[in-house]
Amino acid sequence: MKIRVDPILCDGYGQCAELLPEAVRLDEWGYPLVAREPLPRRLEPAARRAVAMCPRLALSLEGKRR
Amino acid sequence: MSAAVAAERRERTAARLLASPDRSPLPRGSRAELLAEIETSGLTGRGGAAFPTARKLAAVAHARRPTVVVNGVEGEPASLKDKVLLARNPHLVVDGAMVAARIVGAREVIFAVGRANRTVRKRLEQALAERSDGVDVYLETVPDRFVAGEESALLNLLNGGPAKPTMEKPYARGVLVQNVETLANVALIARYGASWFRRRGTADEPGTALVTVLGAVRNPGVAEVELGTTLRDILQRFGGLAAFPHALLVGGYFGSWVRAHDVLDAPLTNAALAPLGASLGARTIAVLPQDACGLAESARVLRYLANESAGQCGPCVFGVAALADAFERLDVDRVHRLAPLVADRGACAHPTGAARFAASAIDIFADEIELHRAGRCSGAAHSPVLPVGASRDWR
Amino acid sequence: MRSLNHPAIWYLMRGSGVVALILFTVVVVLGIATTRRLRIGTMPRFVTLSLHRSVSLLACAFLALHIGSALADSYAKVALPQLFVPYPTTGYNLYLGLGALSLDLMLAIVVTSLLRHRLTQRMWKGVHWFGYASWPLAFVHSVGMGTDSDSTWFVGTALFCLGAVGAAAAWRLLELRRPYPKYLGAPL
Repeated sequence: MKIRVDPILCDGYGQCAELLPEAVRLDEWGYPLVAREPLPRRLEPAARRAVAMCPRLALSLEGKRR
Repeated sequence: MSAAVAAERRERTAARLLASPDRSPLPRGSRAELLAEIETSGLTGRGGAAFPTARKLAAVAHARRPTVVVNGVEGEPASLKDKVLLARNPHLVVDGAMVAARIVGAREVIFAVGRANRTVRKRLEQALAERSDGVDVYLETVPDRFVAGEESALLNLLNGGPAKPTMEKPYARGVLVQNVETLANVALIARYGASWFRRRGTADEPGTALVTVLGAVRNPGVAEVELGTTLRDILQRFGGLAAFPHALLVGGYFGSWVRAHDVLDAPLTNAALAPLGASLGARTIAVLPQDACGLAESARVLRYLANESAGQCGPCVFGVAALADAFERLDVDRVHRLAPLVADRGACAHPTGAARFAASAIDIFADEIELHRAGRCSGAAHSPVLPVGASRDWR
Repeated sequence: MRSLNHPAIWYLMRGSGVVALILFTVVVVLGIATTRRLRIGTMPRFVTLSLHRSVSLLACAFLALHIGSALADSYAKVALPQLFVPYPTTGYNLYLGLGALSLDLMLAIVVTSLLRHRLTQRMWKGVHWFGYASWPLAFVHSVGMGTDSDSTWFVGTALFCLGAVGAAAAWRLLELRRPYPKYLGAPL
């Protein structure tokens, strides 16, 4: 499972980096830098939460289990 | 010289894209036949992204209501080839658009050109008025912004929005956006076949290409060259070099600076340019005059690129501006640290291209940096070589 | 619905109404605080947004209580349709109508927010902006209904709520001019 950021929707709220610090860092302008490797299983719930909490719905998950 | 050799030589140097057009009716092949011919030809996009044309055509052919958009916008200020093609040979481009329309099953074809160049628009209007191809034809003019020629930005504008890129790409919405030179090649392939097309160029990168050359050559402008020709030979076509240049900008403003002695003997193909960190890109080559300053030129272009950001993606809006700031301060480390942080983080290639341009400039002109730090400059008196646009409109 | 004539219902209606107003005031302020990237104390920013969502659900609960008790109370004489459509009856009351309008807008906001993932950002955002209409309508409804307007604690509370939303809205207007606020320095 990987997190993808829609750069047009993203407005640099930074909630994703707070909820998923293991996989998302913020650059100096507050925009997310997502780790390139797939997420380990244990981080999947936090990833779903990050996707749900994004105020702009800019995050999506690729390769998620149904 | 035997007749056969002479004929071959004529064939090998004959213009294709800029030759007087064949105005006879287009061949009537089926959609599948035409598509197969394009596929065999190995034609790739001539707009900068070099995407395989047959694949794009096939993708759009599956749409419910396909449309063809002819992209003659050419937002890159230094590039003139598309304008020249449209002004000199509009019928060839329209032929190509009609072939593409037949392949994808489109009932309407929209021609898009930049607003500033009236000649191009007039020539295209004239050409369109002289023919009736059985599809609805429209001509739209678009603002002269750098990203206005990006295919999703163009579609956004045609749909009533600003000329700004979107995440969804046109072929996913059943719209074929194709560069005018690519379409001109489509027309030629439809008439003369894939094998004819492949007789020029290299096996992996067949065909000819229109290139724009500016800067320290005797006759700057646009010429048609065979892919695989060395840069030295290409520059000969433009009257040759007055003096040995320090560096060349290859691929336009999203391209890279390369040292002249590294690149002059390289053939013009993506494969040969890749090890030098360069690519064909927008097929624009700028030869930096000996008495011009590469840093000053690059700083100006980088600032222009920063101002041309569509302003939709944070890493582009802030990143390219930060790159321009760092470049102006000659902060080499910061440019190197920023470039990978900015590249690939936008909805289009703008930040990626700008990052590449900045990183290559700060590397190639390293000795110029030393001069500047000592308070001197190689090109203080030179007037600007690389042009930048001035439009402020997004609609 | 059988009307009840117990004073407790009357007090419940008024009390829950005031609490709902206070809670919705908090919701609006927290919503604006979220867009302005406000951090409450040293807590991470997602807490601001989380609180906005949780408090809004709590506010809805008190609103439901307020509406339910209004319906049940015989003295209030509120019929079910009047909750949603402001129309004249024998006891027509403009302020009741405004409350109904406020409720309609608020329901749209809640429903679209719960179904956010199925809507486009534009749709959701467009409806969410109804909040800037819904809150003032609720405020005017509270004050205009007249049930507690003569008591100082109510007036004080109402003024406080008005001040809070007014200040937050002014703050929000400042942000409208800058499409990309710069928050330099990683906020974590």
